[in-house]
Amino acid sequence: MREPRRVAIVPAYNEERSIGRVVDELHALDAGFDVVVVDDGSWDATAEVARAHGAKVLRLPFNLGIGGAVQTGFRYAFEQGYALAVRLDGDGQHDPGQLDAILAPVLSGEADVAVGSRFAAGRGDGYRSSRSRRVGIRLLAWVVSRIVGRRVTDTTSGFQAVNARGIALFARDYPHDYPEVEATVMVSRHRLRAVEVPVAMRERASGRSSITALRSIYYMVKVLLAIFVGLFRRNVLPEEGS
Amino acid sequence: MTPLVVSIVGTIVSVALVVVVLELIRSHRLRERYALLWLLTFVALAVLAAWRDGLNTIAGWVGVRSYPPAVLFAVGFVFVVAVLLHYSTVISRLSDQNVVLAQKLALLEAQLDGDAPARER
Repeated sequence: MREPRRVAIVPAYNEERSIGRVVDELHALDAGFDVVVVDDGSWDATAEVARAHGAKVLRLPFNLGIGGAVQTGFRYAFEQGYALAVRLDGDGQHDPGQLDAILAPVLSGEADVAVGSRFAAGRGDGYRSSRSRRVGIRLLAWVVSRIVGRRVTDTTSGFQAVNARGIALFARDYPHDYPEVEATVMVSRHRLRAVEVPVAMRERASGRSSITALRSIYYMVKVLLAIFVGLFRRNVLPEEGS
Repeated sequence: MTPLVVSIVGTIVSVALVVVVLELIRSHRLRERYALLWLLTFVALAVLAAWRDGLNTIAGWVGVRSYPPAVLFAVGFVFVVAVLLHYSTVISRLSDQNVVLAQKLALLEAQLDGDAPARER
């Protein structure tokens, strides 16, 4: 039987210096990914570089923010009928070499969604971030773990693999701005099976994180509000077997 | 001192508005981003309406002697101005993006009609 078609979704915003390497590394894998770079309204040469390295480029006319960019990729995957999608960031902090680890539970049918976590195996020491961010990450991890009923250590990780069911859900509804936290809750509310897989992440190859201290407080309040309200929402997809 | 009826009605109305905003978010008719200012507004009004001593004290600070509930109006007014200002910036951004979308569409249509494929950007 033919291998199911796989796509790697790479959101990128002004990542001309790192995107080429990310695309090359993805192509070098045996996994056989079609690489789709979602250029989120970059003003540098991100799209041209990605295209030159052989990626399919979806170019947004202006910056939608990470949620809108990632969902563009999932919509593409859904319309093209991909059976499997991975998502990793264009700044190079997610190592394509570790994709096997997060793919495994999805390929074996154990999970619909697998997320790479920096903190799952006590590997957090290698990862530097500001104090306010660490406090925020811990608070979110606690709240989210409570709600979804399993231990989630890295709620903001965008390093993930999803099967067709996950693709369909994300194509239909994906949160805005700072989406991973809400997406984790959404996945659990839709009874999709999710697992966390320990991974190591690299330092960003270029650019800096778009999240500053004040913004992280705003995001924190917004995300907590979104999670709270989300608990009272009806599901967008029917449950399996219903 | 604030009349008791004013406090009760003020609190009930503010809390009801909080519930309305939450319901709008739940049903996907209002994004969290735009709901936060409204929530802040109604929560502040609810607190001031329910906390009678606090309202009196604040009225004293800002020199309102005769009728403390006027502070409720003042606070509500300031918040509403903030929300409107925020919306003005949002509308401005949306119209800019709308222009970009229309231009992009025209360019794509020209390409489909058989123009030479456009150079990048």
